[in-house]
Amino acid sequence: MTTKVTTEYPHHRKQLKCSFEQIEDCFDDYMKDALRNLSNEGIEKYLSGASLVCMIGRGWEPVSIYLEEMPQMVHRLGDEAILEIISKKVWDMSRSPNGKAIPPFMQCLPEASRRLGTLEQMQHFLDILFDMVEQTTTSVHGHHKTHSSQGFLVLLEQIPFLLSQLSLEGLKNWIEYGVRNYNNHPERQKDYFSLQSADSKAMLQRERHGTLYMDSERKLDMYMRSMWQQEEYFVPYSLGFDELRKPQPYYDELGMRVPDVYDDLNGVSGINRYRITLAHMAAHKLWTQRQVADNLSPFQRIAVETFEDSRVEQLILRKYPGLRKYFCALHPAPVEGDCDNEKESCVRHRLAMISRAILDKNHGYQNPVILEYVEKFHAALAEGESSTKEMLNLAISFTARTRLQSDLLPTVRFENTEVAYRDDNRHMWVFIEENDEAEDDTSQPQSKETVEPDGLPPRHYHEWDYHTTSFKPDWVTLYESLYAPGKASDIDKILEKHSALANYLKRILDLLKPQHYVRIRYQEEGSELDLDVAIRSIIDFKSGAQPDPRINMSHKHDGRDIAVLLLMDLSASLDEIPDGCSQSILELSREAVTLLGWSIEQLGDKFAIAGFHSDTRHNVRYHHIKGFSEHWDDSVKARLANIEAGFSTRMGAAVRHASHYLEGQKADKKLLLILTDGEPADIDVTDDKLLIEDTHKSIEELSSKGIYTHCISLDKKADDYIEDIFGANGYTVIDNVDKLPEKLPKLFMSLTA
Amino acid sequence: MTDIDIEQYKITEEPYYEAMGNEVALYEAAYEARMPVMVKGPTGCGKSRFIEHMAHKLDKPLITVACNEDMTASDLVGRYLLDANGTRWLDGPLTTAARIGAICYLDEIVEARQDTTVVIHPLTDHRRTLPLDKKGELIEAHPDFQLVISYNPGYQSLMKDLKQSTKQRFTGLDFDYPDSKVETAIVAKEAGIDEDTAAKLVKIAHAARNLKGHGLDEGISTRLLVYAATLINKGIDAKEACEMALVTPITDDKDIRDTLVHSIDSIFA
Repeated sequence: MTTKVTTEYPHHRKQLKCSFEQIEDCFDDYMKDALRNLSNEGIEKYLSGASLVCMIGRGWEPVSIYLEEMPQMVHRLGDEAILEIISKKVWDMSRSPNGKAIPPFMQCLPEASRRLGTLEQMQHFLDILFDMVEQTTTSVHGHHKTHSSQGFLVLLEQIPFLLSQLSLEGLKNWIEYGVRNYNNHPERQKDYFSLQSADSKAMLQRERHGTLYMDSERKLDMYMRSMWQQEEYFVPYSLGFDELRKPQPYYDELGMRVPDVYDDLNGVSGINRYRITLAHMAAHKLWTQRQVADNLSPFQRIAVETFEDSRVEQLILRKYPGLRKYFCALHPAPVEGDCDNEKESCVRHRLAMISRAILDKNHGYQNPVILEYVEKFHAALAEGESSTKEMLNLAISFTARTRLQSDLLPTVRFENTEVAYRDDNRHMWVFIEENDEAEDDTSQPQSKETVEPDGLPPRHYHEWDYHTTSFKPDWVTLYESLYAPGKASDIDKILEKHSALANYLKRILDLLKPQHYVRIRYQEEGSELDLDVAIRSIIDFKSGAQPDPRINMSHKHDGRDIAVLLLMDLSASLDEIPDGCSQSILELSREAVTLLGWSIEQLGDKFAIAGFHSDTRHNVRYHHIKGFSEHWDDSVKARLANIEAGFSTRMGAAVRHASHYLEGQKADKKLLLILTDGEPADIDVTDDKLLIEDTHKSIEELSSKGIYTHCISLDKKADDYIEDIFGANGYTVIDNVDKLPEKLPKLFMSLTA
Repeated sequence: MTDIDIEQYKITEEPYYEAMGNEVALYEAAYEARMPVMVKGPTGCGKSRFIEHMAHKLDKPLITVACNEDMTASDLVGRYLLDANGTRWLDGPLTTAARIGAICYLDEIVEARQDTTVVIHPLTDHRRTLPLDKKGELIEAHPDFQLVISYNPGYQSLMKDLKQSTKQRFTGLDFDYPDSKVETAIVAKEAGIDEDTAAKLVKIAHAARNLKGHGLDEGISTRLLVYAATLINKGIDAKEACEMALVTPITDDKDIRDTLVHSIDSIFA
């Protein structure tokens, strides 16, 4: 207890008000570092900051991290203000429920400062972090901040990784998304911030910097097609989640594996890095012959692969010489003599050197063996394409010539030897005997696919979030199925019941059927003289110009070419019987749709009916009642007869799904009719406006695809929101629900006449 | 109609044409029998040039009509015009060709409406006559008269196809872009540039032609290659010339542009 370690800096030690034994041992070292990096004023701040951290009462660990790391951080950021900022933050945290997060917070700082580089950026980063803490630290019953932030601890652990993947802007978006969506769900919040949940990864993917594969897929497809005449499947893999062993590009029968994102590197843009990677693989496909691997040692194989890689690259350059600048920029340039033969294995280093020397004439290497083999390589290719076999022999003789005892050392020099755009060459080798080396673990446990009993695999749709004015990717899951049939005769009964109305409609239909005439002008021969043109011709003639002989016109009637999809809201509220009615809204809707379906069948327009309801975002149901190609027959009637109400109204996803069917239809005009009794809502959404805005967005998406939408609302209070969704002319509110069966077909006719 | 200057339809200078196969011999044989010929192929591959070349070789006048949607039968056959004394008949290009014994070349025939194209029927079978029903005259075609149409099956819509009854009156010659060697020679000769540059241009064209049907309606034609080569000859930087002549005209699609620009970049080091 009483042992007092003597220090070289007693004066400074006195300024540090902290008596943990653990820091005594290292205090001199800390001070040496501090004196090197800090000004006198800085030293004062440093020691008083450390004293503050010491006083928070969280043991010796935080203060020792502070003492150890801060001088380096100041050095990296170039500003001593960070000393006080950090000690202040730590002090604040210790006075909040988030005291536990102090050690991990301190630990993530060095990495953050290394990534961010300036005080301004660092300040920005801290703001992002503490905004998040502020928002996720909850209070109960009005007590001031009582519960610690659930996500903060796990978030801190992920910070180094996140910073390597995201820009600060991206980090901010990613964190804010998590805070917004999981603020009142602690467990999910943890999943999100520890990168466990699917949407957390999806969001991360979206915010990544660099060129995303997803954005460039079409370009790459075109690249392969136009320059290599190859049609390939691409399978992207993520570089984000394997820290130990970075996956490499490769190809097999199933397609070419490429990373999901490429940052710009050495002045080569992401898209060009993709192209170079693909060019390399395409060249292998064209020019590499498979070799038997069994008789070769691993070293020999690496050598063969290197020579073969160089060979195909030379062949690429013959075809596309303009690519040389990219290859040279992306290929590492190992420095001769960088690798110490005594201490480490230089196999990779030697091979990278020869590969560089082959590629780049200005390599400047002196090693005679390297130069000799570069010579031999070029000689082999001088005559033509050479072959993989020839490369194999060259490589084996190279390994034999350059073999060293130290090659077998466990420490292999990797620096500057990895060529990121080259694939792993698994396609080059045939193994005759089963390999006894450890295989890559390809036998991932196959997850059993859960088979949906009814219908197609689920589809995912994005949803608009007006808070951020961005889409939440793949947010809603939609299942579609065929509606179970009931009794078709019920529908016929409805028609009988409304026979008077049906007759009336029929009369309107007959008027509608011989559709409007179109005048075709400028006809040389036609049914009538077009006076305007005739007079113009005479004037032309009188004035000596050549008259236009096409002075007649004729008529033809324009065919109706329209596709309509009726989307019925089947939510639980349809079971209500509105005031003054004897039937539920559902029954009235069914009658209305019956009459509409019947009349449209008479008109012969393309027509489909579907219903939807939702039970949280994980389960939006989309029911087929009538398809475009089906006629108004018993099976359709049976499905319509059986419709039932249930669950809620998540309209956006259903609209998006309906639009994809309409898009597939060939018609001049496309119309989506939505029949609903209330505003979009779902039980997992507390903010009413969210789904209203999302539906509005989906309507906008449709109109940009040339699909008209019209909503028929049975909600008397619809005026409050409906214009926000469908626009000024995009809706009709039917107050008198009783009249729906009559109004709906009429409305349709007036819309399409 | 009495004093038509035949000479104006003659081709005086020999148009440069590089044969791709034995199409010259085939055409000569068809002409020998005065058989109607249809030349098919993508735009800018040398169809019109070939016909000009053959007209010159056979020393026959050539009347070319570029067809369009608004063309009526009278635009081909002729019409009455009103003048101070009443009316006057004016021969259309087809009638003129039949009278003077020219090769009548209807370029891009599918662009014309189908009712227009049927007027050529009686000229294309054993009758070799052209009835002018408005005028009440039946023209016997001159023994040297021959009808040639060009037809691009690629980009037109389904609506614009020739009727079977029209198609089956013609013998067909299929044209495509020449193979790299010939195309290189053509580009080098036409624009007066070195073979090496011409070969590079042809490579770019091949890259683009591979994209046909995947966003491109037509690949880069030989004609455009000649344009590019001419620009290069005028001292324009090769990459800029290619972008101007080969990329910008054929597409508005950004991804395709990017891909083509990259291929230009990798071919012109």
